Amino acid sequence: MDERQLIPDLYRKEYGKMVTVLCSRFGIAYMDIAEDIVSDTFLSAAETWGLKGVPSSPVSWLYAVARNNALNCLKHDRIFQRQVKKDLTMDGEKCFEMDIDLSPKNIIDSQLQMMFAICHPSISVEAQVSLALRVLCGFSIDEIAQALLTTKSNINKRLFRAKEKLRLEEVMIAVPDSREIGVRLDTVLICLYLLFNEGYYSASPDKVLRRDFCLEAMRLTYLLIGNASTSMPRVHALMALMCFQASRFDARVNDKGELVLYEDQDIRRWDEELIQRGNDFFIRAIHDDEVSKYHLEAAIAWWHTHPVEEGEKWENILRLYNQRLILEYSPVAALNRAYAFYRVYGRERAIVEAKALQLSGNLFYHSLLGELYIDVDNEQARQHFTQALELAGSPAERAVLEKKIEGLK
Amino acid sequence: MKEFALIFRIDGNAVASAGEVTPAQMQERMTYWTNWMGGIAARDRLSSSGHRLGIRESKTIASGNVVTDGPYTEVKEFINGYVIIKAQSVDEAVEMAKGCPILFAEGGKVEVRPLVAPDDNN
Repeated sequence: MDERQLIPDLYRKEYGKMVTVLCSRFGIAYMDIAEDIVSDTFLSAAETWGLKGVPSSPVSWLYAVARNNALNCLKHDRIFQRQVKKDLTMDGEKCFEMDIDLSPKNIIDSQLQMMFAICHPSISVEAQVSLALRVLCGFSIDEIAQALLTTKSNINKRLFRAKEKLRLEEVMIAVPDSREIGVRLDTVLICLYLLFNEGYYSASPDKVLRRDFCLEAMRLTYLLIGNASTSMPRVHALMALMCFQASRFDARVNDKGELVLYEDQDIRRWDEELIQRGNDFFIRAIHDDEVSKYHLEAAIAWWHTHPVEEGEKWENILRLYNQRLILEYSPVAALNRAYAFYRVYGRERAIVEAKALQLSGNLFYHSLLGELYIDVDNEQARQHFTQALELAGSPAERAVLEKKIEGLK
Repeated sequence: MKEFALIFRIDGNAVASAGEVTPAQMQERMTYWTNWMGGIAARDRLSSSGHRLGIRESKTIASGNVVTDGPYTEVKEFINGYVIIKAQSVDEAVEMAKGCPILFAEGGKVEVRPLVAPDDNN
């Protein structure tokens, strides 16, 4: 492996694991200290490896140094507590003697616990996503800001406030007990779903980074599946949904980086293996009577993995969107329902449905209406596409809309 | 935004004299209903998807604990379900009720009734 790429790669893979283990050991209030220790560890690696060469097992080296730094920190903290506070209430002796456990099992356990701590209802879901990207997935502030189309300083502020809130709320780093787990798991799933969508739908041009977001969301969902108390049908349904969506990851962007709409995709570029994995997860999702929004969305995504218009594909997709919305409102689902309505009942009836949504100012609302008005009223189509163009954030989105306007004659 | 119950009424006599419903008709009815409710939900105006109310095993209890079968001994029409929606005004609620598939049934009616909030005095 290229040595210059070694440390960035290790950072991406190991930063989150190490911070998570240290933080679960120290408590949520010391997340910054855990991050500092791990950052220092990578700094030492860069210095030492440059001089003495890369050790035979770089990961073990990192873990050993992080462990030592953490124990030193705990020792100092113990001394600090004893000298300054006098009344040592934190079980200091125990703290000092306990090891920092970086075994694979404890890494997984800590990540599961941390997922619940981060996805705490006391902080906004945007803050949860940013924290998860930073602490659980080890993305840099730069990368997070780029993918979420905002500034580094915004992300830093968001993370700072979120950590402060978690500290004030004295959030436990633990998997909630059986009484609480249902509700808390829903918050975690919403965060993972959003994390996936940030990768899948982000207007960021960095395709590799966006794919990494999706893969991380799937990895974390898979951790929930591997744990008995969190392996519920709706978790399998979410995983199936992610597999079905991710199967089109390559097909929806062409070699020039332009977005390719579903109808125009080359189905040979759909990932059959991911579709099959999605099917397997979906079968396990429908064991119970439970029907969550993830079940309905996974079923919709399943229909989308069928290129041929067979077995009343769009009738089924429309029915599922109806059920999805009756269960819980979502503007994205409402817009997609209107598109499915068009595929079943034609443009004129779909225009009535779409306009009733009153989502003026929403990029997808205007591009949908533009699409529906084609050949019904091209002047209206042009107006809506133009409005969408003004709202579009990325060159890829603008290119699609410009092509649509050109096609209106 | 106010909440309104849309209460579906159908004609008891028409139901009694209606023939068998074919599976295709049944599916068509279901499609009408999910499209109508999905349309309301797509506007974020569905408060509760309510319930359908059955006829079999239903009884009516009158004062003096007089129990009679079904809801239909003394009434020609009966309630067969309800949903709760959000609307700016009763007029808007009426507009939303106009697409309800119960209106395709013989004698089908939708009753629009405001939910009484705790601070409503009238």
